[in-house]
Parts: sequence; C-alpha cells; structure tokens
Amino acid sequence: MKTAYRAEHKGWVCGGCLTVLVALLAVANLWMGSVDIPAEAVGRILLGCEVDNEAWAFIVRESRVPLCVTALLSGAALSVSGLMLQTAFGNPLADPSILGISSGASLGVALVMLAGGGTVAAGAFSFSGFLAAVLGALAGALVVMGLILFLSTLIRSNVMLLIAGIMVGYIVSSAISLLNFFATAEGVHSYMIWGMGNFGGVPSAQLPWFSAVVAGGLLWAVLLVKPLNALLLGERYAENLGVNVRWVRGQLLGVTGLLTAVVTAFCGPVAFIGLAVPHVARLLLGTSNHNALLPVTMLCGAAVALLCNLLCILPGEWGMIPLNAVTPVLGAPVIVYVIVRQRRIKYFN
Amino acid sequence: MGMRVVLEGKQLATGYRKGKRTAVVHRSLDFTLRAGELVCLLGGNGVGKSTLLRTLAGVQPALAGELELQGRPLASFPVRERSTAIGLVLTERVQAGGLTVFELAALGRQPYTGYFGRLTRQDRERVSQALEAVGMSEKAGNYVAELSDGERQKVMIAKALVQECPLILLDEPTAFLDVTSRIEVMALLHRLAGEEGKAILMSTHDVEQALALADGLWLMYPDGTMPCGATEDLVLSGGLDGLFGTSPVDFDRMCGSYSARNGQFRPVRLMAADDVLHHWAQNALMRQGYYGMTDSSDATLPLLAIESPQDLTWTCGGEPHRFHSFAELSAALRQGRPRSTRSM
Repeated sequence: MKTAYRAEHKGWVCGGCLTVLVALLAVANLWMGSVDIPAEAVGRILLGCEVDNEAWAFIVRESRVPLCVTALLSGAALSVSGLMLQTAFGNPLADPSILGISSGASLGVALVMLAGGGTVAAGAFSFSGFLAAVLGALAGALVVMGLILFLSTLIRSNVMLLIAGIMVGYIVSSAISLLNFFATAEGVHSYMIWGMGNFGGVPSAQLPWFSAVVAGGLLWAVLLVKPLNALLLGERYAENLGVNVRWVRGQLLGVTGLLTAVVTAFCGPVAFIGLAVPHVARLLLGTSNHNALLPVTMLCGAAVALLCNLLCILPGEWGMIPLNAVTPVLGAPVIVYVIVRQRRIKYFN
Repeated sequence: MGMRVVLEGKQLATGYRKGKRTAVVHRSLDFTLRAGELVCLLGGNGVGKSTLLRTLAGVQPALAGELELQGRPLASFPVRERSTAIGLVLTERVQAGGLTVFELAALGRQPYTGYFGRLTRQDRERVSQALEAVGMSEKAGNYVAELSDGERQKVMIAKALVQECPLILLDEPTAFLDVTSRIEVMALLHRLAGEEGKAILMSTHDVEQALALADGLWLMYPDGTMPCGATEDLVLSGGLDGLFGTSPVDFDRMCGSYSARNGQFRPVRLMAADDVLHHWAQNALMRQGYYGMTDSSDATLPLLAIESPQDLTWTCGGEPHRFHSFAELSAALRQGRPRSTRSM
C-alpha cells in the first residue's frame, strides 16, 4: 500500500519547502523597502537591541513588521477561504471575490467610511473606527454569504450559482456607487485608496487583534478538514458519512465570512489570491485531499502574498504600487492555465 | 431461511412534508430485507423509487407506519450511528478526481475515525480488503479521474463496504454505465451480498439484469402497491405484467424482458434448423407483426422454413419464395407479403 502514503509524504515535503520559502520571503519583506536599512540593523532591531538610528527602528517596528505579518496572515486567510468555497460548491472558480462576499464586505466598509463622511480613513482607524469597519465588513460578508447559501438551495447548477454570485456582486457594487455619489470628497478618496488593496493597512497597535482573529479563523478552518473531505463526494454522500451538512455549511460560512471580512476591512478587497492559490497548491501536491491540501494552501497563500507585497515595494523611493495591480498579474495566468488544461487537471471531475 | 431480517417496513407511508402540506407518495408499504440478499427495486420513472430509498436511508422521515433497522426504529438512530448502519451509493458521479482510489474508498471510514480522519492500520487494512473485494486493488494508487464510470461505481461500492454497514442502498447505480459495466456491477453486488452477508437494495431500470441476478424483487406499481417476493415467484404469478402501467409495452414471460406491443399478431408456421435460428426468426417475425408457431398443423397458414441464415423459404398458398438473408425476408414482410425473385 505504498501508494496510499504518497500524498501524505508529498504533503510533508511540500510543506517543509514552503515553510522555508515563506521564511525567506518574510526576511526579504523586512529587509527591503523605500528606506535602505542594512540587514544587520534590521536583525538587531527585531531582536530588541538598541540601534543608533531611531528612524530605522521606528520604520521596522511600526511599518515593516506589521506589513509582513499582515501579508502572511492575509494570504493564508484568503487562500484557505477560496479553497473551502471551491470544495463546498464543487466549483473550481469559486472564491470570496467572485461569489460577491468581498463585495459584501466592501459595502459594509463603504457604509462606515462614506456614511461617516470621511472621518474614518483607511490606515488611520481609531480603535472604535476600526471596530466599526470590521463589524461592517463582517456583516456585509455574512449577509452576502447567507444570500449565496440560500440561492445554492434553489439553484442546483454550480455554474448558475456562480453567475448568481456575480449578479449579487453587481447589485452590491451599485449600492457602493450610490454611496460614493453622495459621499464627501475625503470619504471617496479614502475609500478609493482602500479599494486598491494594501497589506500596510494594519497599524501596529491593532496588529495583535488582527493576528489573533485571523489565526483563530485559520485554526477553525483546520478543524474542518474531515468534513471538507467528505464534501468532495457531494452533500448526499457526505450526509451518509455522518456529516451534519447544514452545520458544516454554516461553519464554512462563518469561517470564510470572518476571514474575508477581517482581511478585507484592513487590506481592501484583495483580488485573485483566494481564487488562484488553491489551484497552485493542488498542482504542487497533486491531490485534493484536504489533510495535506489545506495546510499547504495556507503556506502557499502566505508565500504568494509576501511575494506580491515584495513586488509592491519594489519601486523603492517612488512609493508602493497598489496591491490589486499586482495580484491579477500573478493570479490570472494560473486560472487561464487551469481552464485550458481542465481535461488533464481533473481535480473537479 | 433463517437469515436475519435487516430492514422491515410495516404500513410505511412515504412522501414530502412541507409546512402544513403533505404530498404522500405511498400510503402503505410492507417489506422485509434479509442479510445476504440482493433485492432490486423496479418501477417506472416518477413512481417513487427514490423517495422510498431516501426514506430508508433516513434522509427524509417516514410520514406514517413503522420502519425498523435491525429491530430498532430507524428514527431512533443518531446521525453518526446511522452512517455505520446504512451505506449509500448514488447515480451521479462524484467530483473527487483529485483523490486516489484508496483515499476515496477510505472516506467510508469517516464514521469510525477521529477528529482529523486519520486512518489507523486496521482502517487501512479494511480499505484494502474492500478494494480487493470489488476488484480495484490494482488501481488503489490511481487517481479517480483516470477511472471509467463503471470503475468509479465499484470504488463507491468499496466505500460502502468500508463503512461496515449491514445495509447497502443503491439508487440506480448503473444508470450511466455501459452494458458490460452494468453486468459487472450487478454481479459484484450479488456476490457481495452472499459473501459479506450484506442486505443490498438497489433501484434499477435494468429489468434483464435484475431478473438474472436479484434474489428478490420489489415491484413498485403506478397504483401505489408494491408486491415483494422472490424473482421467479413474481414473474410466474404475472407480477411484472402491469409494472409500467398501461403503456404499449408488454412483459414477455418466456424471455424475461419487455417489448413493444404490436397489435394483433398474424400466425405463421415456423420451422427452423436450430434453436438459435428459431429465436432470431421469431424476433424478425414479431417485429413485422407475425408470430411463429411450431406446433400448428393448420396448412392454410404460411410456412417459414429456415435451413441457415442464407436459406429462408416462405411458402404461402403453395407458392414458395426463397430469400438469402433476413434483410430480404424483412423487406418483403414490411411490404405486406413476400414478393421476391423466383427461387433458382
């Protein structure tokens, strides 16, 4: 029965390699930036030693560390959300943004930001403002998620369901347009900037909160590995295997809604990571067994997000490129590849 | 027969309840299913086969009556315990192409494994045995995506075996399979029922295979009755005659198959050199509205004498016509009466 262990073995190898890669990318993210700081100084600052240049210490502690941690956690969160939705809907093109879940989160944030008249600006949340934005995003995400889940009971075909999700996204966008129309210039500006995506949106004071919530969500996702595997067979089979399908669906709604909402509230609607990374992970591993796939998807997502962030800060002194200008360039080719090679890559067949 | 009763229904009513409205599909069904038996559930489309199977699987509650699994009311089984009592195989193909055959079958261990579904050595052995039993152990390491539809269903049957349930329910598992896969899957189920002592109930449209391989039949009639019994008893008591309602299809008790009704048959005397020729000559005659009789001495009837597939003679009113193939004979019969070139 050597073959049975193949996926497991490959999972450990892939996991190990990706952990190293994530570590290297994290170091690169801490080291590089618009201000040149010697690697040795960065190391000393991180270890808590005193350095001569107070500005360097401030940049590393207040900007680069939050940026790096946020990118790492957000990448893992979005990817794992995408994976769970793809399994739950049995559809390779499901992800938080396509199903309109991030649009819902956007609407929540838009309500808080724009209706608040620009007093709540991106990247400069007061604690209550931050809480309001997160709660708004969470409420928006859950409402859309619930709507999609309700539609999924009416619509049998998954392709039709995806189209319904896209329609929900449009309706939400129109509501956002309306809000934009009546909002103040500052509100529109800060909402625009937020919409471009930026892993630098979590201030260091709120980093522990953000990290705790996202880490909790990721842990929750790991606990769903077994029912996710059963759901690969479809709902009726899963039910026969003792899975309480309704309860599991509800939990999937909760986790993906929570993770997407929190990440979207801080970093804006980040496109393509949730859609593309699960496919990259499946191609790497050659399995859709969540025991290996779920952790590897998380690591992969962290690596991809760190890489995207690195590309964003590459221009150095000229500032940062918006995140959503980078992710589609990496993500879209993956999706096209998966569609073109669909007959050979039969993970959903 | 001292075989243990696994499933028993008394005055069972099936159907759907939505709010205050109920749609009853069946009012009172009585049946028993014993260990070691393969039973086929036959009936037309929309007659309620799937509703009954869903009720038996515990997916939807019975509207009335008793339903007992191993002597206990099915409704009293918690979800987890039910999954170790009833194994399910469905029509639709699963979208699990990225799993290996072993991994797919191993999902059947989920009711027994811990929180993360890790397999113990016993679990792995059980999965290997099941794959062996369905003849798929050679392909244990293959991706499910690489399998044919028939092989996929065999793996799903292995999954049901791995669940270690006394009862296996299959909802038209052979509907999308080609002829050979259909026969293979049915023969496999028949063997498993005997060897593993499972009670197996499958719904199917494949009357021919059901008659050949099922130990018992449940016949679901359009009028809401469901006689159950051993295959031969039901056939010989005319049980299959009205199964598909008043559609223009007849059950041929001799052949054990259904065929299109062809109005009145015109009698013909048929003499064939051997049984195979006789069978196919009858087939050709019936298609054209004739019926061949071997025991008639009525000389006024036309006579069809067949020496070989190339030598067929149709004698009508003392005038013989010779044909050199069934194609020529059929063409002549289609045109009303044999016209052909005079025999050489």
